[in-house]
Amino acid sequence: MSLYNRRRATNFVILALSLGATGLGLLILFFILGSLLAEGIPALTLATFTQTTPPPGSTGGLANAIYGSVVMTLVATLVGTPVGILCGTYLAEYSRGSWMAPVVRFINDILLSAPSIVIGLFVYQVVVVNMGHFSAWAGVIALAILVLPVVVRTTEDMLNLVPSGLREAAFALGAPAWKVVVMVTYRAALQGMMTGVMLAIARIAGETAPLLFTALNNQFGSTNMNAPMANLPAVIFQFAMSPYADWQRLAWGGALLITFTILILNIVARTLASWSGSTK
Amino acid sequence: MVDSVIGLSKPSNRMRLQQLQDTLFRGTTKFFALAVLALLGAILVSLAIGAWPATKTFGFGFLFDQSWNPVKERFGGAPAIYGTLITSLIAMLIGVPLALGVAIFLTELCPPVLRRPIGTLIELLAAIPSIIYGIWGLFVLAPFLQLTVQPFLKVVFGDIPIIGILFGGAPLGLGVLTAGFILAVMVLPFIASVMRDVFSTVPVILRESAYGLGCTTSEVVRDIVLPYTRVGVVGGVMLGLGRALGETMAVTFVIGNAHKISPSLLAAGTTISASLANEFTEATGALYSSALIELGFILFVITFIVLAAAKLMLLRLDRRSAK
Repeated sequence: MSLYNRRRATNFVILALSLGATGLGLLILFFILGSLLAEGIPALTLATFTQTTPPPGSTGGLANAIYGSVVMTLVATLVGTPVGILCGTYLAEYSRGSWMAPVVRFINDILLSAPSIVIGLFVYQVVVVNMGHFSAWAGVIALAILVLPVVVRTTEDMLNLVPSGLREAAFALGAPAWKVVVMVTYRAALQGMMTGVMLAIARIAGETAPLLFTALNNQFGSTNMNAPMANLPAVIFQFAMSPYADWQRLAWGGALLITFTILILNIVARTLASWSGSTK
Repeated sequence: MVDSVIGLSKPSNRMRLQQLQDTLFRGTTKFFALAVLALLGAILVSLAIGAWPATKTFGFGFLFDQSWNPVKERFGGAPAIYGTLITSLIAMLIGVPLALGVAIFLTELCPPVLRRPIGTLIELLAAIPSIIYGIWGLFVLAPFLQLTVQPFLKVVFGDIPIIGILFGGAPLGLGVLTAGFILAVMVLPFIASVMRDVFSTVPVILRESAYGLGCTTSEVVRDIVLPYTRVGVVGGVMLGLGRALGETMAVTFVIGNAHKISPSLLAAGTTISASLANEFTEATGALYSSALIELGFILFVITFIVLAAAKLMLLRLDRRSAK
């Protein structure tokens, strides 16, 4: 084979392999979503949303787990978001020339990828041990710690995108710095910051590991934030690992609910982000 | 006169108020920025304190001891640490070439119209929660591997000396190899998106000069793109490795949870995160909990080092492309 043909053949093989790798990635995505739909849809009935988790062998639903997941995710977002926004504001607006900014940014990026089970362990040590019992509040704190780095990161990125002309115009009118930030910069970056919050919700909605030692789980419906609370990921973990077919079916139903909620949040967040990017 | 005094004092009062508000706002943001630093410190300190009883009892031997006996209260971290490292290694061996392929496809081969949708779909793999990979791995992937890939591996490699040991034992479906495979799929989108981003920092003029000399696409990737973005690619791989090391739920479902080091990749094992997820709430006795917390501390330190190295490499690349 001539050199030219050999080079062309190598090129063809490598490009075919890269096409194959992409194809395999997409295939796995559709395989996962397909299994979820096939196994999950039969498990979703009205009872899934109205009844609480059953003992094995009797009928029931996931109502208490859905309630717990929604409440803990929302409260954690409400706690984590303001802290994250303020920290991101410091990094974007006030940190020029300070030694702190690069350090905080670096640590934040590490927390962004840190194993979530370690966060669970930390909250167990600090909150659960001191309170003496597992509780939904401990779960909320663990989730809020996971929300924080996502919001810090997107807030800083989005504030940096706001043109400095806007800020200077507000300063020229005599506005104090905090008013410029709150009334001008935040407004201009609002869409991007919302994207960050939605991505953060999507991140924590399916988190299981940090809840195992904090909110634990609860067989019964409970609205007491000071007691263990059922949540979808922990119920899926318990039910899927069990030998009972009806528990396993409910686990698939819960998995379907979580996955599609998260995928929708992701897609909406991305659309929002590309939309705000194109108007600028 | 009176008017002018009021007229003067009013704005200066407001000025003072606004200055106060400014200082307060600035101080608040700075406080929360410091809180992020404090959080990292608090995590390290609280885990170190929790791990202290086990550290004191077992010393450095903890890292190499294979026993895990809750009844006799003898604990060694070696099987969990080994499992964490071997599953991550398998994940990297499978995931990195796949991610490289995806990145090459997206930057060099894909028609521009499809670039965004396909890129988004690949990134959605990262959005699927770990527990979904777990349940899918347990009920769908493990039986599939048990019936197809594992018998195949046994037939091909089983009789070769040394390598054959890696594929000894019955193909159970669950085990170290399956965990590694799932981790590979989970880290694929992270590595691929970093690679895609750094590939697009290659100056067009370099790329086009190479094409102008008659290079094929694969030669451009190998001789121009990869050398130029080497630091970033390694950074992306390390970022994926950091994820793989700490991944919990997916691994817990499929690894089989056995505190032993077995040479076969088809056998059950455990990882640090899987041990924590399975045993922590059931751990009776202070020493048992403490041994698990020590494992968590070790995991945090390992991932911290890996992620910090990844971050530093990517920062170096950023600084170069900013020039």
